[in-house]
Amino acid sequence: MAVLYEEQSMLRDMAREWAVNESPVNAWRKVRDAGLDFDASKWAEMGQMGWAGIIVPEEFGGTDFGWMSLGLVVEELGKTLTASPLVASSLAASAIALGGSQAQKEKYLPQLASGELIGTLAFDEGSRHRGAVAEASVLGGKLSGTKSFVHEANGAGLFVVLASDGVYLVEKGEGVSVSDRELVDRRDHAEVTFASAPAEKLADGSDNLADEILDRARILTAAEMLGMAQYVFDTTLAYLKQRVQFNQVLSTFQALQHRMAGLYTDLELMRTAVEAGLTALDTGFKVPEAACLAKARSNDVLHLMSREGVQLHGGVGMTDEYDVGFYLKRARVLEASWGGSGFLKDRHAKLNGY
Amino acid sequence: MATAAETRPEDDLETFRGEVKAFLKANFPDELKGKGNALRSVEGPTEETEAEKAWRVAMGSRGWGTPTWPKQYGGGGLSKKQARVLEQEMAVAAAWNPIGGMGVMMFGPTLLEYGNETQKQEHIPPICRGEIRWCQGYSEPNAGSDLANLQTFAEDRGDHYVVNGQKTWTSGGQWADKCFCLVRTDRSDKHTGISFLLIDMDAPGVEVRPIQMISGMSPFCETFFTDVQVPKENLVGKEGQGWTIGKRLLQHERTNISGGGASMLNAQPLSKIAKDYLGTDENGQLVDADLRGRIADYEIAWNTFLLTARRAIEESKAQGGVSEISSILKNVGSKLGQQRAELLIEIMGFRGLGWEGEGFRQKELEHVRGWLFGKATTIYGGSTEIQNNIIAKRILGMLDHQ
Ligand SMILES: Cc1cc2nc3c(=O)[nH]c(=O)nc-3n(C[C@H](O)[C@H](O)[C@H](O)COP(=O)(O)OP(=O)(O)OC[C@H]3O[C@@H](n4cnc5c(N)ncnc54)[C@H](O)[C@@H]3O)c2cc1C
Repeated sequence: MAVLYEEQSMLRDMAREWAVNESPVNAWRKVRDAGLDFDASKWAEMGQMGWAGIIVPEEFGGTDFGWMSLGLVVEELGKTLTASPLVASSLAASAIALGGSQAQKEKYLPQLASGELIGTLAFDEGSRHRGAVAEASVLGGKLSGTKSFVHEANGAGLFVVLASDGVYLVEKGEGVSVSDRELVDRRDHAEVTFASAPAEKLADGSDNLADEILDRARILTAAEMLGMAQYVFDTTLAYLKQRVQFNQVLSTFQALQHRMAGLYTDLELMRTAVEAGLTALDTGFKVPEAACLAKARSNDVLHLMSREGVQLHGGVGMTDEYDVGFYLKRARVLEASWGGSGFLKDRHAKLNGY
Repeated sequence: MATAAETRPEDDLETFRGEVKAFLKANFPDELKGKGNALRSVEGPTEETEAEKAWRVAMGSRGWGTPTWPKQYGGGGLSKKQARVLEQEMAVAAAWNPIGGMGVMMFGPTLLEYGNETQKQEHIPPICRGEIRWCQGYSEPNAGSDLANLQTFAEDRGDHYVVNGQKTWTSGGQWADKCFCLVRTDRSDKHTGISFLLIDMDAPGVEVRPIQMISGMSPFCETFFTDVQVPKENLVGKEGQGWTIGKRLLQHERTNISGGGASMLNAQPLSKIAKDYLGTDENGQLVDADLRGRIADYEIAWNTFLLTARRAIEESKAQGGVSEISSILKNVGSKLGQQRAELLIEIMGFRGLGWEGEGFRQKELEHVRGWLFGKATTIYGGSTEIQNNIIAKRILGMLDHQ
């Protein structure tokens, strides 16, 4: 665990307490059973607690607490599978903070920071992430193109869209149509089609704006995955300590002790990688490398953890009644988001000149 | 299979192949081409179409759904080589076996070995015709890996037993006509107190409650027995012989899971699917080099598995007993099946993670359900861990705290 400032520990404790009491896994189960994407009243609470503005500068209504702080909150919400647009909307806000004009910042950041406006990234066009490449194009301030599997698209009012010549802001409305895509995690995803939708460029950022945004997406997603991996590990360990077969609790079998020791090791390595990513964002040092590290490690560890979680629960792990299957399903969606391990390994190699 | 095949030396294989071709031409309806569904057995019965029924009856009356079972009980009476020809020709015609389920995979072979003549005459022919569904009543809430801890009790009442207790994870229990069950007839000994009993699922006192799975389907149930009367004729083998018979049945189950397997034999190669989804470069190589390497890795492992499975069969034949290496096949086969499903997700990306609704091909949605259901293959039929314990103890002699 990284060494935290006092404010950060307080924020984490508050998030943990809120997630456990107000948004346990069972709350997600109810949201799913009701056919909703997320609980709007819980999202409003998050907004009131200031979580949507953690990485937004104070002058635009945020708290500017930084990425480590946001990561801590996202991790806690990941543990209980809290469905909310927090990650997506924070990423949209960070895109504007990085590349927006003063006017764009003034217009959008306060609304995003309060949570009343939901933003999201609409970058990928195929079913697999391919980096900062897009066919969508802009002609005379109108954007056209189709974005596949956009997270939180139904709830979003503002899209941060990657086009062939840069990153644009498009408000939901004229020229924008959203078609639901129901993935295994049962959260909010959709295909978004832009047909000559009015678009404004984020023109004040660096030449690498799209990559910078994607690196933030990778790292913040990894923070959610860390929470999930931790939760699967904790519940599996607790289960093994309680389930009796052959007249003894399963945790007394050495084969299982070694499996859990291995997973514990992986989990700690994953934590280091994720925290290094968040720290890189706060210091601005070697972010692309840190993003590869954080997301690639998270992909591999959560993949294994989610499989082992089901396996070690035995038959009950295969049931909808137990929570562990939810994590398996959400895990694959996040693994595929912003770069699977193959993509990230390739990116790591390229960044290092081989 | 447990049974001696009735070979027909007068038929050379090519004549037989001609016979199969003619049969398929005459009986396999075009509209059913390639419609065999690997998940059929876990999705429960759907309304049988005219064509499906005709096909089942045609196969059933020849006994070709259970090709190597003895003819006298309704099987095909084919030799292994003939059965292989049948399989090959069916694959060519995109035909599939309409007769399956636990009766075929596990219970039939076990009954042929341990049942008495009356039991075989009664139960085997309807299995060969695909008329009766069987389910497996082994596991209980506190008897999973430790199966011998089962507590469902069959009390001796002279000419019948009265059964009380609870089973769980009963696959297809809600659709089954009958259940082969492990019950306790004696509480004084863990293993020799177990008997193998056949129970009608519509007998008074049998109640099933479906359990929902992570894949969204409810292919299994909790099964409750309350004062269920079971005639003594339904005891297979002797009282107390249930553990031996039950374990023999598990061997058939494991063979079938490792070959779960077998459905992948006719499946499209991963490399082909990957080329379709990802495309190739100017040299014809898959564009994602990392994924390309991992698919190659998988294919090498899969081919090695197939060769090993064949080696196990040949060794068993030569030795006249089960080869030791067959014990590794369940673990290898089930793991490879899972690995394939995970690779498919990587190939398809988000399209390989659809739950329902618009935007996905039917095949993609089926893969997702198959991926989730497939997580069970390393749990049921003896989990990977339990199989490893068996390998370590029985083959390697690594006993606990010697
Ligand atoms: C889809 C599905 C269908 C099924 N269908 C049927 C059916 O039709 N009929 C039926 O009777 N049963 C069925 N089963 C039940 C299945 O046989 C059991 O789930 C299995 O035996 C494991 O038991 P359990 O679930 O109680 O897990 P547990 O025994 O509680 O095991 C939990 C975990 O601990 C591990 N473990 C247990 N003991 C040891 C040990 N000594 N050393 C190391 N690791 C250990 C296990 O491998 C597993 O990973 C089905 C199960 C599934 C998932």
